[in-house]
Amino acid sequence: MYGTGILKGLSVTIKHFIDTYVEDIKYLGRRVLKTGESFQERQGVASRGLYTVQYPEEKIAVPERFRFVPFLVVEDPDHPERPGDDWCTSCGICSKVCPPQCIWIVRGEDPVTKRPIPQPEAFFIDIDICMNCGFCAEFCPFDAIKMDHDYELASYDRTGNHIYDKAKLSKPFSYWYGIAPTTATEEAADRGGWEHSDVIKDMKKKGQPATPVSIPYPEVRAEWATAAASGAPAAAAVVEAAPAEDESEKAARLERRLEALARKRARDARLGIQ
Amino acid sequence: MVDQAILPAALDSGDVQTAINHLKEMYPGKVQDDTRQGYSGVIIDRSVLVEAATAIRDKLGFNYLSSVTGVDYLGFGDHLEVVYHAYRITGGPALVFKAQTPRDNAEVPSLIEVYPGADLQEREAYDLMGIRFHGHPNLKRILLWEGFNGHPLRKDWKEAYYEQEHKPFDSRWPAGYARRAEELTVFGKNVQYPADLDLSRLSDTTESQLYSGMGLGVDVQDEVTSEGIKTDRLVVNLGPHHPSTHGVFRMVVELNGETVENLEPVMGYLHRNHEQIGERNAWNHNMPFTDRLDYISGMSNNLGYALAVEQLLAHGARYTPPTYRAEVIRVLMVELTRIVNHMWAIGFLLNDLGAFFTPALYAISERERILDFFEATAGSRMMPNYMRFQGVARDIPERIRSTANQLNDRVRDFNTMDYLTELINERIPGAIDELDRYLSDNEIIKARTIGVGYLPKDMAIAYSAAGPVLRASGVPYDVRRAEPYSIYPELDFDVAVRYNGDIYDRYLIRLDEMRESVRILKQVLPRLEATKGESVFAGNKAIYMPRVPLGEAYGRVENPKGELGFYVISQGDPKGPQNPWRYHVRAPSFINLTALGQMSKGHKVADIVAILGSIDIVLGETDR
Repeated sequence: MYGTGILKGLSVTIKHFIDTYVEDIKYLGRRVLKTGESFQERQGVASRGLYTVQYPEEKIAVPERFRFVPFLVVEDPDHPERPGDDWCTSCGICSKVCPPQCIWIVRGEDPVTKRPIPQPEAFFIDIDICMNCGFCAEFCPFDAIKMDHDYELASYDRTGNHIYDKAKLSKPFSYWYGIAPTTATEEAADRGGWEHSDVIKDMKKKGQPATPVSIPYPEVRAEWATAAASGAPAAAAVVEAAPAEDESEKAARLERRLEALARKRARDARLGIQ
Repeated sequence: MVDQAILPAALDSGDVQTAINHLKEMYPGKVQDDTRQGYSGVIIDRSVLVEAATAIRDKLGFNYLSSVTGVDYLGFGDHLEVVYHAYRITGGPALVFKAQTPRDNAEVPSLIEVYPGADLQEREAYDLMGIRFHGHPNLKRILLWEGFNGHPLRKDWKEAYYEQEHKPFDSRWPAGYARRAEELTVFGKNVQYPADLDLSRLSDTTESQLYSGMGLGVDVQDEVTSEGIKTDRLVVNLGPHHPSTHGVFRMVVELNGETVENLEPVMGYLHRNHEQIGERNAWNHNMPFTDRLDYISGMSNNLGYALAVEQLLAHGARYTPPTYRAEVIRVLMVELTRIVNHMWAIGFLLNDLGAFFTPALYAISERERILDFFEATAGSRMMPNYMRFQGVARDIPERIRSTANQLNDRVRDFNTMDYLTELINERIPGAIDELDRYLSDNEIIKARTIGVGYLPKDMAIAYSAAGPVLRASGVPYDVRRAEPYSIYPELDFDVAVRYNGDIYDRYLIRLDEMRESVRILKQVLPRLEATKGESVFAGNKAIYMPRVPLGEAYGRVENPKGELGFYVISQGDPKGPQNPWRYHVRAPSFINLTALGQMSKGHKVADIVAILGSIDIVLGETDR
């Protein structure tokens, strides 16, 4: 009979229509309570009907491997020995392997001997060019550059804000652990400890053991805090000494940065670039 | 000419080498083996190209021309070369034949009479490489505009903002001070005006050339139909900005009343010279760029490129093929991609038929779950960048898990294998059946699609149509069976085929193919379980700039939209910069459009929208 096909199709539409309401009623209380449980089920393979995520009030947490514009890993600010130190050694592999070539690195050099030091003087990523492929993070031998989960990068001015410099790119290791605990732990296991691979090498030379991966990183951090609070003399000394050292280093770094800026201006002037 | 009598009766079988030997007998002195390192096939003197191609098609049986492209050998003989890959529609490897021409006044005879499928591809080679195809009836630029200066795939052509011949650029490290590209001037070294140029008299002839030969220019051409109705012949532009053209794509149609008499596809609005970017890139730089070709099925694009480069790597001494688990994961990803793509294609075909978005949303709701899996595995929903030469980037995760953090709070946590099992055994088959129930018997759909956009079998082959378009016309040709790759030989599945060659069959074949994909996926699941814990990458993770041995390779995969081929050449100093000398994409969406005009003739305007939808194009790939 003409029209039966259409009616058959419309029954599918009605099923979809009803399914959604049935599910809504079933999860009504839990949704209001925002336990998150209903979300897990309704956005999974067990769900029926439709479920709308109320972005931006609700945001789906992205899976660990999600990749967006990269960031640089630095030591935690409360690290007892190396607060805020770069993990990047400015080896340049990320900038070479970057398909759209959006990474610019100024290799650090010793101000006196002019020899390269394993620390970037400056680091830029043009987020307009970045294609979020993740090669930089994949090929970095030091686990120093990682893909971020923060995808809300819109800004009102694209001319000034979209080249991220080192200050904007740097995020502490605990942040990386926070967004990707499994991956961070796997990588640490490959390195042989929670520390940077160069630090682990140094420690090995001195005969010190690296912090084992069997202790979860938050506990490692908690230990620093308790050590500092209990006023263990050695640790306290380190904590006190660290800021002073940091200050002088910061000043030196600032100086180097200013020098670099001056060099850049000179070069631009030479090339006739405004 | 060749004496027909001396030819054996049946040559259209036997292996490629036999075919080449016959070809050499037929044209003594005009057909030479390609003896360059890592190359295969024959070089045919261009004076006998058309006759030789006719013989290749009719006598040797290579009746399906997969790809036509040009290569610029500047510095390696200083000639241009046109490369043809012809296959037998019954399966088997390619007969690769080439024709060479000097760079100045580059010209080879057009093969459009022999293989009509060469039409758009020859226009592309003319546009980007500057090779004139003698005898082509419509040799105009296709991706670029008529006034464009130069041919961008020639090796001496420099793009705007040109920085350096090959990536990685020296300016990035060790003294890499960032500057926005906009701040550089485009009108620097790269733009040259002829001395006698008068800008005020500059005009663009693209449009007038396009309309020449169409009805335009005859203001009122009174025509009286058999019913005695006066009609006009009218040129109408459908697109470029039209929702039913699936992107920025334009069809110039010549109408008689409401009946289409002539149709010309106009494309290139999304052209970014993908191939030239690919030649500036290093080998692995191209992997994420392939995601952006057919952006619905990024995973399969990855696989095609990986297969092509692996063919070259296999020439090298230290090459280990991908591990078994890597191959299993590749097939898993590719078949899930096929389902994603066909769901999308059916949904949007219904949009084109006027069923606005309800079918599309029902179709793509299951796609979301597949994309969740892609996101958890590869890191991105549509731009996976997942395959690597000799394997895949990472193993599939233990759990599809997200962690609440300061950025996002709504978390999920599933066991990956349970998730996949549920998806493959229950949800996807359910969704396919539901679509079938929902649409297949619908009288309106049947009235709109049955008998519309007919493409006969012989024409589908001649026009080099691929994928569902070819198979819906009764040709059971599927690269997975015709020239198997990965672990397809050991998998049990059928090549879906339909025989009516109209829109309805192109819809039905997509349902069939999804069912076959589910069949494959059900066989993949136990293999995934069995190989758990094995390595997924056979190469050396520390190598970030792979060295690729000299030679050419054509890697092709059965993409959801048709046959996707990558023609890559490694040339030059083995110790020098490591980048492809030639990187050509045989884009199924692009080549399937060759038959669009043929399919549309005699139909109404509303029908050509549906016909275009049934081909299932994606402009990222068409325009490249």
